[in-house]
Amino acid sequence: MAYSEKVMDHFANPRNVGEIENADGIGEVGNSKCGDIMKMYIKVENSVITDVKFKTFGCGAAIATSSMATEMIKGKSINDALKLTNKAVMEALDGLPPVKVHCSVLAEQAIKAAISDYYKKQGIDPEPIVGVIPECDHCH
Amino acid sequence: MRNIYADNSATTKISPEVLEKMMPYLTEVYGNPSSLYSVGGKAKEALETARENIAKNLGAKSANEIFFTSGGSESDNWAVKGVAHALKASGKKHIVTSKFEHHAILHTCAALEKEGFEVTYLDVYENGLVRVEDVENAIREDTALVTIMYANNEIGTIQPISEIGAVCKKKGVLFHTDAVQATGYVKINVAEQNIDLLSMTAHKIHGPKGCGLLYIRRGVKIQNLIDGGAQERNRRAGTENVAGIVGLDVALQIAIDTMEQRNAKLTKMRDRLIDGLLKIERSRINGDRIHRLPGNVNMCFEGIEGESLLLRLDLKGVQASSGSACTSGSLDPSHVLLAIGLPHEIAHGSLRLSFSDENTEEDIDYILEIVPEIVSYLRSMSPLWEDIKKKEAQEVMK
Repeated sequence: MAYSEKVMDHFANPRNVGEIENADGIGEVGNSKCGDIMKMYIKVENSVITDVKFKTFGCGAAIATSSMATEMIKGKSINDALKLTNKAVMEALDGLPPVKVHCSVLAEQAIKAAISDYYKKQGIDPEPIVGVIPECDHCH
Repeated sequence: MRNIYADNSATTKISPEVLEKMMPYLTEVYGNPSSLYSVGGKAKEALETARENIAKNLGAKSANEIFFTSGGSESDNWAVKGVAHALKASGKKHIVTSKFEHHAILHTCAALEKEGFEVTYLDVYENGLVRVEDVENAIREDTALVTIMYANNEIGTIQPISEIGAVCKKKGVLFHTDAVQATGYVKINVAEQNIDLLSMTAHKIHGPKGCGLLYIRRGVKIQNLIDGGAQERNRRAGTENVAGIVGLDVALQIAIDTMEQRNAKLTKMRDRLIDGLLKIERSRINGDRIHRLPGNVNMCFEGIEGESLLLRLDLKGVQASSGSACTSGSLDPSHVLLAIGLPHEIAHGSLRLSFSDENTEEDIDYILEIVPEIVSYLRSMSPLWEDIKKKEAQEVMK
């Protein structure tokens, strides 16, 4: 199993690591049993994600996909951020080994979870907009 | 940048002396040992000299008890399946093993279960040691074989092999041990330790890959592994890996000759490293500290995941592993760490460093310098660590 240079770059120098104080939305997905937890913080102004930070417990691919996903939604509208797919994250990283595809799924879900939280804080039901975020199911 | 190879339990660098002794059998002495002419005869002579010397070094009664194979996994498969199948006709359908054996044993046992055999998987407890009384209690009327590894490949714990051998002898049950990791670090004498079958490989002791052996005590009923020519006394056909076998013999001889001073040096390095790494908060050493291979360090650091730790170590020039190399393609945490009772989230954060004579005290200094930095960096970005610290703070408040 080998990672692409882009994955290694985002793993070795992850972008947007940290927390946002008074974040407008916080999403956490995955669980420690599986070995991956991603937590994403977003700052939203006029429906635009002005800042995003993450914290991740997980493998190299989990850290790299978190980093890449935050880069891809920073400065984007919420609507555009919701369109981000795990496939797009993977492509941006020049691919992932098959056993690590689930990490990119987690990254997509972490963004959706943070946006859901944002809507909830606004008093808006996120489900019609964001959909249901499934439980992590890659390990049992 | 420094380059430190600290994954000697995965494999080792071939030693120049071993390679030098192997070379003639890859070049001028290329004959088939089964041929009659002189270049074949010379190969045969090398083969049988190696067999005799190895038999002596293992305490075997006869060179005829040494069967060369392609390595540890083959030997393990042969020992377990070969004995099980041979004894099936006499009604023996039960095998005793432990929960933290190498997959070459565990998956072999699982395959036999599908055929209708029954397998008892013994607990290894928190210290990573099999208890002799558990072995004794598990043996039944229909037990064909007990197979317990000599030393564990992930946490390096050395099992009470002589005691288990004595129990098996008393109960009249065959005893196999996978000595792949223990070879060169413990004194092995198959006759004195009542070992009926023993697996060994060359590449863990600075020998070549693709060559190992199965010791089979004379009189043990076992199925042939490969039918074909008359090699290995008809039991494992195929032209012998002459150069590899010569390499195995030389590597084993060197390992035995240097064992005492090597073990002393490695034990000192190992203990200094463990003590140093234990200073990291919420870290733990996995497996018994005393009954342990001299070159094995296996630690867990809460709140971080093993692979990211390994990748960061690699970026700093240290090659290590998070468990065994054989399972790195899998997402599941180590079965060994789960067997010693660690919860999943802690088992995910393990680091195995395994040393050989090539490593130095300077290597230990460097590792002691960079591991705490890496652990602390990964924890700073870990939501799991954040939760652990929050819980800690709540405990203090109470």
